[in-house]
Amino acid sequence: MSSTNNPLLEAKGITKYFGTITALENVNLKVHAGECLGVVGDNGAGKSTLMKVLSGLYKPSAGSLFFQGKEEILESPRDSQNLGLEMVYQDLALAGNLPIGENIFLGREPTKNLGFLKLLDFNKIKELTNAHLDKLKINVKSADQKVEELSGGQRQAVAIARSTAFNAKVVIMDEPTAALAIKEVGKVLDLINSLKKTGVGVIVISHRMDDIFTVCDRVMALFQGTNFAESTLSNTSRDEVIGWIMGKK
Amino acid sequence: MEDKDKKIESLHLKLIPYFEKYGILLLLVLMILVMHILQPDVFLSWRNVTNVFKQISWQSMLALGVFMVIVTAGIDLSVGSIMMLSLMILAVVAKAGAPWFIVVLTPLIAGFLCGLFNGLGITLLRMPHPFIMTLGTLYIFRGAGNLISGGTPISGFTDEVRYLGHGRIDLQWLGLEKSQYLPVSLVLIAIVYIIFWIFLNKSKTGKWIYAIGGNPNAARASGINVNKILIIVYSLCGFLSGIGALILAGRTDSGYPNAGLQSELDAIAACIIGGASFFGGRGTVLGVFAGVMIMGILRNGLNLMDVSSFWQQVLIGSIIVLAVYIDVLRRDIGTRK
Repeated sequence: MSSTNNPLLEAKGITKYFGTITALENVNLKVHAGECLGVVGDNGAGKSTLMKVLSGLYKPSAGSLFFQGKEEILESPRDSQNLGLEMVYQDLALAGNLPIGENIFLGREPTKNLGFLKLLDFNKIKELTNAHLDKLKINVKSADQKVEELSGGQRQAVAIARSTAFNAKVVIMDEPTAALAIKEVGKVLDLINSLKKTGVGVIVISHRMDDIFTVCDRVMALFQGTNFAESTLSNTSRDEVIGWIMGKK
Repeated sequence: MEDKDKKIESLHLKLIPYFEKYGILLLLVLMILVMHILQPDVFLSWRNVTNVFKQISWQSMLALGVFMVIVTAGIDLSVGSIMMLSLMILAVVAKAGAPWFIVVLTPLIAGFLCGLFNGLGITLLRMPHPFIMTLGTLYIFRGAGNLISGGTPISGFTDEVRYLGHGRIDLQWLGLEKSQYLPVSLVLIAIVYIIFWIFLNKSKTGKWIYAIGGNPNAARASGINVNKILIIVYSLCGFLSGIGALILAGRTDSGYPNAGLQSELDAIAACIIGGASFFGGRGTVLGVFAGVMIMGILRNGLNLMDVSSFWQQVLIGSIIVLAVYIDVLRRDIGTRK
């Protein structure tokens, strides 16, 4: 992870206002291929807002995003997805009434042509879903199972599978372990480690020091909407990072 | 012991989807049987069956439109008024002497535009809930219909205009009697329902309509333009109400101020009876059809037995509550505890 490499994703001077509230001010961030960046900060520090800016859900009030060295303007989540930038939301953003496969391909469903009609290709959805879940070693009864029938950990796994189904280059995860039982946390962290090995850049937002120190290579702290501190993991300690969250250096 | 539990569980898992899909049809078949036993000579006669379909023809269009809206976790209270306004525009245009192919198109366009107005209002004006926007347009559209017609009925349309609502397909070439015809409106119901079944189940947009009802945030995060889909849904709902107006014009041969009064409630009732969830994301086209049929058969059967229309109201209300209660029970069995 040499710093001479060009970053995969870089955000420069991101500022975001909501009315008179300043959620982010002049925030910088970068992540390289195969690297995991941990983003920490207290509630309201601006972590989730920053991630939503990166995924195209919010437009920044000022600042710019560079993807593989090229400046990009994201109008919607579709734009970021097209670049290979995927987001796993804290509230998971899955439609419980739809099966696993249709959730993974939601918005990007494969279709087949029937005369002049473009119809959904359910067989292909099922086939691709099974292959993808196998690749990530995620066990579910069937790709046809509705998401609302799954456990919290299974849902998180589906959300991660969803984010990586389309050759993602950067995956952003907002509190990936927050809602999980202890047994399931390990599985999700393993999943993150295997993503890194395939050259994906991962950004993890977490409150859990265990998560950060298990999977991340670098950690940055936000405090009241600004960059507060940053370090490679080997040069810092849990206590120091916890201090950053509280606003102490 | 564990094995046995597993077997029962897997049997449940296998049966529940079928029950969820076709359970409502069982209720429909049961009702038909009961009506047949109560009225063996009349109920299943050709004449009465075609009558039922003629009676439900325009309601089935409104119900299908409202169903799509309910799948997105919305509601459209204005469908009755959209139908009335479209009918009045049709009547005024017909009386002005326009050729029939123009007259036939006017309610469809008017209905579509009314639905578009609802959709734009809900998304652009950011109404807190579609209930409010469509409650407003329930009054606006009916008022507008009375304004353009002067509040009086307008009667007398040409046969071409009346074809969809009044036309008959002769079946004498099949060796049947002259009285055993197929109403055009029945064929229309079948065609429209099949088209919308394909649209909702096999197209991307249809899948997204269900996704929005399941979790609008998930849909948005997946790059789906939620507002665009909602505008499409409300516009289609208006369009279907326009088809309803065209059918009604054929059936009654007139545009009248009370057309479709409270029919939005019938449409919602049919969807609920048919198993659509008010929270969105759940329900099938087949279910809506069954819901419409159940209401139609109930009204028809009670009329045949000379039961007062007040009792019909009581019974339909009871069926709504009962159908939803069965749904609650079914969900209890279906979810893991």
